[in-house]
Amino acid sequence: MKSHKPQSSQMNSTEAADDLRAKFDSGITSTINFRNEISIEIKLEQSFEILSYCKDNLGFDYLVDITAVDNMGKDPRYEVVYEIYSYQHGCHLRLKTGISESEREAISVVDLWPTANWHEREAYDMLGVTFKGHPDMRRILMWEGYPYYPLRKDFPLAGKASKMPDVAFSEPVPLDGGPFVTSPCSAPTDKREPRSREFLP
Amino acid sequence: MYFININILCEKFHKVLAGKVLVFTLKSQIYPMPKNTAPVAYDSKIEGNVTFTKLDAAINWMRSNSLWPMPMGLACCGIELMATGASRFDISRFGMEVMRFSPRQSDVMIVAGTVTYKMALAVKRIYDQMAEPKWVIAMGACASSGGMYRSYAVLQGIDQLLPVDVYISGCPPRPEALLEGLMKLQKKIETEQSFVEQKKALLSEIS
Ligand code: SF4
Repeated sequence: MKSHKPQSSQMNSTEAADDLRAKFDSGITSTINFRNEISIEIKLEQSFEILSYCKDNLGFDYLVDITAVDNMGKDPRYEVVYEIYSYQHGCHLRLKTGISESEREAISVVDLWPTANWHEREAYDMLGVTFKGHPDMRRILMWEGYPYYPLRKDFPLAGKASKMPDVAFSEPVPLDGGPFVTSPCSAPTDKREPRSREFLP
Repeated sequence: MYFININILCEKFHKVLAGKVLVFTLKSQIYPMPKNTAPVAYDSKIEGNVTFTKLDAAINWMRSNSLWPMPMGLACCGIELMATGASRFDISRFGMEVMRFSPRQSDVMIVAGTVTYKMALAVKRIYDQMAEPKWVIAMGACASSGGMYRSYAVLQGIDQLLPVDVYISGCPPRPEALLEGLMKLQKKIETEQSFVEQKKALLSEIS
């Protein structure tokens, strides 16, 4: 991405993270630096407060994405990830918050970034995490009335049968030994092409 | 022998056949001349304008050379469908250039692309709205079998919902392949018993 003109008040992700830690000590559980990408784990109760501080005081004016992750077997099972960017400072920040299996509800940030509307609907559609305060919490990709959340880890790759008269239906697909995956290697094309895990070299 | 007003038979071919008399027989049965049709006296001037043929052959010839496609472009294959309609490949060389976005005016639905379950019943509904006679082409791997999408969201072949006449392989098929498929469909139409199959009521009325 094209870098923006340096300003006197330019800040980078690390400084933004430090600022957040100083301000919200109790709301932040950990900070991870992976190849200069900063991820901050925040507590669910304070997530809206912290995100609105990021937007209003730290200049993170652009919400790149909201997505959710299913860490099945861990507690909390779900994680909602906010990827934010500042056009003013030209830096990214990633904030994550854990959502427990029993609650499965995050706090909507549509009031901060209107673009969150569709991102949150997608997270709801695929993983069944709802967002408190969302103005229109409906599915966005699958049809209204589809009974499953297909990106959960316990949802089979082949899908499940469902039926809604006059709207849609779905059937499990024949996988025939699939999924077909490639293995990274320098072998010739016939060895490299996608194949069932069963037959991987 | 039976005479029929060519305008009723097929309006699309009105211009081509205007002024010509079409004479045909049905199952080699001889039908009486309708009362209101004047007998045609021998006239050497019109001799070249009279064509003897079978009704099925005439109808099939008209139908197969004026296939109006209903473009059901659902994914990447739709782009190849557009290319087929554009100048380089020029679908109109075969009489199929009149793409109609209204199902009521089209003859052949070209299902070009990935049919998701969310779209599947909409495709079926559009097919149901098409007037007989109608045909379906499944263009590309996705429309034929679900393609690479062995997934919870994708219908594994449009033939689960519609009667497909021609399948075209490829991901995506090249425009030449689509043209080949359309020509295969023309060949198929030429072998149909169109009159007997689709005008049962009319047949019992006039026999
Ligand atoms: S067959 Fe290939 S090109 Fe055609 S819609 Fe499917 S994925 Fe796209």
